[in-house]
Amino acid sequence: MIPTPDLSHLKAADYQHVYEPAEDTFILLDALEEDADVLRNLHPRICLEIGSGSGCVSTFAGKILGSTTSLYLATDINPHATQCTKLTGRQNKVPVEPLLASLAGPLRSRLRHSVDILLFNPPYVPTNSAEADEAQQDADIAGAWAGGQDGMAITDILLDQVESLLSPRGRFYLVAVKQNDIHGICRRMQEQYGLKGEVALQRRAGREHLYVLRFLRQPADT
Amino acid sequence: MVRLITHNLLACHAKGCTSNNFPLQFQDVSIELRDADFNADFLRGFLPRLEWPALVGAARQLGDTSLPAEQPDMIDDEFLQKLHHVLLEIHVEEGAMVCPNCKHVYPISNGIPNMLLAEHEIG
Repeated sequence: MIPTPDLSHLKAADYQHVYEPAEDTFILLDALEEDADVLRNLHPRICLEIGSGSGCVSTFAGKILGSTTSLYLATDINPHATQCTKLTGRQNKVPVEPLLASLAGPLRSRLRHSVDILLFNPPYVPTNSAEADEAQQDADIAGAWAGGQDGMAITDILLDQVESLLSPRGRFYLVAVKQNDIHGICRRMQEQYGLKGEVALQRRAGREHLYVLRFLRQPADT
Repeated sequence: MVRLITHNLLACHAKGCTSNNFPLQFQDVSIELRDADFNADFLRGFLPRLEWPALVGAARQLGDTSLPAEQPDMIDDEFLQKLHHVLLEIHVEEGAMVCPNCKHVYPISNGIPNMLLAEHEIG
């Protein structure tokens, strides 16, 4: 059992601007913990989290893999979030490297086929498109959840970049909800990019039916 | 905490800037040195992912001349210790990174690089 990272340094004032870890965060932590042995055996050198928010997930990955085993890169468009990510890493002795950036932006050309573990808990809540656009521009807490049409406005952009980022043995973990069309996402990644997607974990949390999807270049048992 | 390991992975991504956009040049930086735990396996595994001349150049910009201009064939412990220090222990806390091609300035504040682009700069 790997403990949830210590977040005691983050206060209510931080959570005015940065998404506080909740059920959707914890299901991703649980999925990573279930895969802990496989992830360690990958000997990952580069982990990249998109939209790291509080920094809880990247820090947890560092706790699974070891603080010196991999480079932990974390992007977010929200300056409060990059600051929280830095502090959460420091609090838990995992050197998470925050970047104020949209998706993988400035890393894409150098990280081509280099990311061993890619993590994304996106803004997945269906909203109207204007609300999602505005939330991204404001780069504040609403950007952590407002997902536009089908909750896929932001996720769709990243999905088209995943194959070019993943290393030969790389894995991509994505948080989603039922309204995002789980099977549609998996079918599309298979057909367009040859990435095999599967449900790593699913559960109901209040009104949400949460999923963690895992994508690989080949079946997990080969 | 922009460390040189991260700097080595960042390229300018402004609209239309697709060549000579790496490595970004440091400008007016202040640095801090902080000890990091040594992991030889990590360093060996990471070596193939580095752009060596960019790393050497960036280190020299920050006043560290410990790395050879050419990546050595023999990877011994002494070399790995130097690499460890350059990649992981030098933290750029303030300053900026400038694109050698389009001159876009990416500020570094509080150890965090601002790599965001304005709407009209997004490719």
